[in-house]
Amino acid sequence: MIEVQDLTKSFGDKTAVDHISFSVKKGEILGFLGPNGAGKTTTMRVLTGYLPATGGTAKIAGFDVFDDSMEVRRRIGYLPENPPLYFDMTVGSYLDFVARIKNVPPEKRAARVEAALEMAKITDKRNELIKRLSRGYKQRVGLAQAIVHDPDVIILDEPTVGLDPKQIIEVRNLIKGLAGSHTIILSTHILPEVSMTCDRVVIINRGKIVAVDTPENLTLQLKGGERIRVEVQAPEKPLRDALAQISGVRKVEISALGSAGRLVATVEANQGQDLRSQIAAKVVGQGWALYELRGMNLSLEEIFLQLTTEDATQNPTEKAERN
Amino acid sequence: MRGLYAIYRKEMSHYFVSPVAYAVVPIFLILSAVFFNMYLADGIKASFEASMEATQGGAAIPFDVPSAVLGAFLSLVGTILLFLTPLLTMGVYSEERKRGTMELLLTSPITDWQIVLGKFFASVSLFIIMILPTVLYVVYMFAHSEPVPPWRLIAGGYLGVLLLGATLLAIGSFLSALTENQIVAGVLVLGISLLLWVVGFFAGTGNGVVAQTLQYVAILQHYNPFVRGVIDTTGLIFFGSWIFFAIFLTMRAVDSMRWRRA
Repeated sequence: MIEVQDLTKSFGDKTAVDHISFSVKKGEILGFLGPNGAGKTTTMRVLTGYLPATGGTAKIAGFDVFDDSMEVRRRIGYLPENPPLYFDMTVGSYLDFVARIKNVPPEKRAARVEAALEMAKITDKRNELIKRLSRGYKQRVGLAQAIVHDPDVIILDEPTVGLDPKQIIEVRNLIKGLAGSHTIILSTHILPEVSMTCDRVVIINRGKIVAVDTPENLTLQLKGGERIRVEVQAPEKPLRDALAQISGVRKVEISALGSAGRLVATVEANQGQDLRSQIAAKVVGQGWALYELRGMNLSLEEIFLQLTTEDATQNPTEKAERN
Repeated sequence: MRGLYAIYRKEMSHYFVSPVAYAVVPIFLILSAVFFNMYLADGIKASFEASMEATQGGAAIPFDVPSAVLGAFLSLVGTILLFLTPLLTMGVYSEERKRGTMELLLTSPITDWQIVLGKFFASVSLFIIMILPTVLYVVYMFAHSEPVPPWRLIAGGYLGVLLLGATLLAIGSFLSALTENQIVAGVLVLGISLLLWVVGFFAGTGNGVVAQTLQYVAILQHYNPFVRGVIDTTGLIFFGSWIFFAIFLTMRAVDSMRWRRA
């Protein structure tokens, strides 16, 4: 449904998004996890056609976000970081307006507004002025706005920010309820959020993708043990056997690295064991050429640390800078 | 077309709850009512004195009071509009940018021209609603005059008012699209209207190429023929090109919001 290839976005000499690639299947919920300023918002803005990319391509439902912007815009619902609300409108008239500019046919408009109100649980606020609503309700109106035209793809930028714990749970359930029939990308800087809502997670930091995996695997990586990346020139089968022999190794995964028969082995070890010297000795002992050997968890851990230790109340100056 | 109408509708409903419209429209109506009253009283007095002179043996000077009052009144309306109309459009884009709603509009399946024209037509509609009561004054005056002056004087005059207003609104919208701060936008438009007004004075004092050029730029210079009931082609082209140019620039400014935003 969504295909992103080598997407790059620079502002002047500052690169906000640096050659990222990922794809999202139909009906999937993809989490975009990263600290503030990692490039999440920029990526989403490129996907929605709000910002043009500097390089690379992004396609939604087969349409290029730049060349076929109109087709893409017809198929997406987007909740920006600050909900785009007209404060002097009532909730109902606002959703009606959004339905109009999103090309909802007139005969379906009332029903779609009704459905969106229902899903966001704001039916009783229909006649209230948006400026009189609390932060949490404003956020829900923002969500209702993103789903009012029943889009194929829903892009949510920090949908739970500013909500109280009860509202957060409700919003997460709402998002989960939308999956299946809708493809969803949501961004967050809160680690538990992705494990609760997303099928797959893209971790992004300083504009680069650090990891793409299921939340379970990511948690496992973090808690389960050490992972070591080994780049060698060796035949696959003997390499696998040799690495598996080392005591403390739980799992070995081998993949080819382009040309020249080089392989990348990812070795998972029990927690607390540093097997790098044993692996090096083994590889060299077999007479294979060793190109690279490094522990893989560090970068991930660094990011997780930033994510989890960050204050729940966001730094206002940083937010202002990005807007 | 549906997108344009959606924007138009939203803008209109916004104007009806916006404090700016509720401040500007009454001020305009009060000022125009006071001045109309004053000009009418002067006109009646002048015609009364003229007829007195006629009874004392002098030749009766033909004196068209309603047309003179209309001319004086519309000239003044033009000057008031120069100051007030910029206030109507100073928020049209800057407000949207500040609130982040521009992001909604620009990621919706509507084109830039639907956004720009929807907003422009809405501001022109509000402007028409604002000047409509003053049409009643002059129509009433004409209807009660003996003999009734030609109605085309009113039609021509108000065509001028509409063109002047639409020009100021289009320029105002463009400047509003340039900044997130609506006060800055308002001051910029006011500055430009003042400039277009003031050049008329300078132009009046010289005869060279510069003075002639200035004369052409001066906005009220092109408005005045309409006030006298003359539909002047130069004026039509002058206002028409300003409107077209300003709308075109607004379109570019809206498009550039995608590129500038970091």
